[in-house]
Amino acid sequence: MTDSSPSASSGAPALELRGITKRFGSVVANDRVDFDVRAGEVHALLGENGAGKSTLMSVLYGLYKPTEGEIFVDGRQVEIDSPSAAINLGIGMVHQHFMLVPVMTVAENIVLGQEPKRAGGMLDFAAARARVRELSDRYGLAVDPDATIEDVTVGAQQRVEILRALYRGARILVLDEPSAVLTAQEVIELMAVIQRLKQDGTAIVFISHKLHEVLEVADRITVLRRGKRVDTVPRAGATERSLAQLVVGRDVLLAVDKHAAKAGDPLLHVDELFVRDDRELMAVDGLSLSVRAGEIVALAGVDGNGQQELVEAITGLRLPESGSVVVEGQDIAGRGVRAATEAGIAHIAEDRHRRGLVLPFTLTENMALREYRRPLFSARGWLRLRRMRERARKLLHEFDVRGGGPEAFAVSLSGGNQQKVCVAREIASEPKVLIAHQPTRGLDVGAIEFVHRRLIGERDKGRAVLLVSLEYEEVRALADRILVIFEGKIVGEFPPDVTEETLGIAMTGGDAAAEAA
Amino acid sequence: MSDRDVEPDVEQIIEGGAEPGQEEALEASLTSPARLTAYLRRGGVIVPILTTVIAFLVAGVVVLLTGHDPLNTYSAIFKGTGLNWLFPWVSGTERSAAALALQQTLIQTTVLIMVGLAVAFAFRAGLFNIGGQGQYTMGAIAAVWVGSSLSGLPPVLHIILAIALAALAGAIWAGIAGLLKAVAGVHEVISTIMLNWIAIWIGVYLFQLGGPLQDPSQPSTPVSKTIAASAKLPVFWGSAQLQGLDIGIFIALAAVVAFAIIINRTRLGYEVRAVGFNPDAASYAGMNVRRNYVRVMFICGAFAGVGAAMDILGWKFSLFTNDIQTSQIGFLGIAVALLGRNTAGGTVAAALLFGALLTGTSQRNLDPTVFDPNLAQYLTYMIQGLIVLLVSTDVIALRVLKGGRGIAVGLRRKPRGPQATEESAA
Repeated sequence: MTDSSPSASSGAPALELRGITKRFGSVVANDRVDFDVRAGEVHALLGENGAGKSTLMSVLYGLYKPTEGEIFVDGRQVEIDSPSAAINLGIGMVHQHFMLVPVMTVAENIVLGQEPKRAGGMLDFAAARARVRELSDRYGLAVDPDATIEDVTVGAQQRVEILRALYRGARILVLDEPSAVLTAQEVIELMAVIQRLKQDGTAIVFISHKLHEVLEVADRITVLRRGKRVDTVPRAGATERSLAQLVVGRDVLLAVDKHAAKAGDPLLHVDELFVRDDRELMAVDGLSLSVRAGEIVALAGVDGNGQQELVEAITGLRLPESGSVVVEGQDIAGRGVRAATEAGIAHIAEDRHRRGLVLPFTLTENMALREYRRPLFSARGWLRLRRMRERARKLLHEFDVRGGGPEAFAVSLSGGNQQKVCVAREIASEPKVLIAHQPTRGLDVGAIEFVHRRLIGERDKGRAVLLVSLEYEEVRALADRILVIFEGKIVGEFPPDVTEETLGIAMTGGDAAAEAA
Repeated sequence: MSDRDVEPDVEQIIEGGAEPGQEEALEASLTSPARLTAYLRRGGVIVPILTTVIAFLVAGVVVLLTGHDPLNTYSAIFKGTGLNWLFPWVSGTERSAAALALQQTLIQTTVLIMVGLAVAFAFRAGLFNIGGQGQYTMGAIAAVWVGSSLSGLPPVLHIILAIALAALAGAIWAGIAGLLKAVAGVHEVISTIMLNWIAIWIGVYLFQLGGPLQDPSQPSTPVSKTIAASAKLPVFWGSAQLQGLDIGIFIALAAVVAFAIIINRTRLGYEVRAVGFNPDAASYAGMNVRRNYVRVMFICGAFAGVGAAMDILGWKFSLFTNDIQTSQIGFLGIAVALLGRNTAGGTVAAALLFGALLTGTSQRNLDPTVFDPNLAQYLTYMIQGLIVLLVSTDVIALRVLKGGRGIAVGLRRKPRGPQATEESAA
């Protein structure tokens, strides 16, 4: 809604970066990048993983010193050598990983560092709370000032981060992939908040991978590729396809071709499964489902409805309370990861940093992670290092992993290539059942296309694929059947051509679900 | 795709620096000892050498403050270590004196290697083993008991039995800490420190006047019985009467090789490192993280126990309660592991440094006209403390350097982070 702030778009940019170059040794992370954002404008920064978006924002926020280039705030040249300098200039940043103190309340987190004080240096809680209320009312950022951070949802935590930036007087707000951690509903709320901020004259830098979001929220879009600014385009006239082309530098298939599934016998059968979460609550509540050979079943649902616990129970990471998980007639419920792996379950983990990879390990070592006990990789307690290396080399080639050979460390790869390593490893184990939990989280369009192709390829080889995803587009693109999970139960089954609205209602426990079930 | 410039070293992980999120994610995913290990392994051999030099400089200032000449003092300490034996121009009586001193240095190095490995192995698995002292003490008790009570055994068998039981005693002692962590979540730093004290007082109880294992032939001395001749390690350099060098040094070097092989070549080592770096990924890989804690601590304790056996069977032959209470050797092991960056080679080098320091400042070897040996031994402990402190502040220093990029270009290698690789992907 550019028209809502006509006055702002004519003035000097609130923020201007001119010719920013950032080198790390011989590596150029940003190469003469120009970028500006006006008050009351949303300017999206789009690019693949490693294109230099985060580096540019780190320069802006005083975390890195640029090798070359100038920064202007309100037309005045400034030097930003620390985050506090950035904050003083009215620049606020909401990071992808929140920087909140989990045991403190919402209000305490917001005022942290700039606490209102009473005489004698005592913290003025009442003033803090009042100020938080005022800000949250003004921008429609609904939070409970007295709730403890660890008890509120991820979406609320993000609102706290935004409030904190506003509390510190931010007029230029950088949102680093704000939707990556949110549920569909929370994304809608976030978009509304952004509109409110915009109307209020805040300049917003919106960093994202997601083309449709960028198209929805941005007034202008700047695309970075390999550290260079490729183009800046107005939202009007831009399409997902044209943006994808700019991002990747070639034509991208947004929807992967796939023909109808030839489903065979059920390979995975989950029956009456009950699983408790870490807080001892029943997260999976008598859930049953089955996945047949040669089909992709998508489990759609709002985050936190038992997906995590279900996947952990199926893959042996969590002990179920009761029920069975049967792979080709063999019950593996509660028998641990090794039993699940041997029965033929592969698992693309949701979080590649926490679980999918040992980041300080080499790619050779990571490629062997799930099968290191098999004769392929070890015998009588000895590692077969040469075989491990050869296998890694072969898979890295086959899956087009770039950024290093078998002896490179996992951490040195970009997110997309790390994910390819995880996908390659799981697929290479030739499983009967492939559990893909958010397999494209945080990936750029090119990498998403690649992972989607491989998953469909595995389906066509006759494997049973269970896809757990929060992305409607992904569910629609891949699934042969869609199961909706709500509060630990399957509440509906839909064909892949179901509308987003119907699915959305079912996912939030609406009436349609009851009917379908 | 190529094997290009990526070296098997963790430093680039820390150095990477390109995508801040990436780095944070890594740090968040690591256990704190693993993080420390990663920091410590940066900078190759330059940083530990620098650390040592700084420690010696600071100690030199202290020597100066006591009114002595630091250069003179250090040169006397160096002579006391016997390392001048390695210089071909040293001859005559000076050479034979140096040989005697060097034998002492290597005797100390032997046990320091073992207690260093006990700490280093734990570090690699993401555990802080502060319990080397207790594990060493239990090993020493077992060694002296087997050595003194099972006389009449053939020598080789007696020695093997004594070493094995000492290893087992140390292993069980450390295993308790591992078990407590696995089943009850007790932090190993707390439990190993407490186990140190329990071990020490068990030792004192056993050999105290009237204690159950006190030597009845010396009713007024709080000491164990002396081990039988069949349990003594053969001396291969120097005279057995003058505390020559026994074969323990070879056993320690064999342990170093075993350490390197276990860590790098075996399934066990792979599991240990995986658990050390990322327990969540380890359980995702089907590893039993808890059992691994017990197993790792067990092995650590065995290293410390063997170290104790080397001392008892090699040159101490009996155990005084006084010695149990004042021994610092297990704590020196922490310094050895930290300075040696938890690697096999580094541990040997660091053990040699501390072994030389202990010997060079001892009453027996330091020239009292230069510096009073009674005071000089405290120099050793001071240098030890300084090194541990500096190795730890290393972490802080690197942090600071990382923030103020470029200040320490000399210490940093070319950044090779995600960007470098991104570039090559292009």
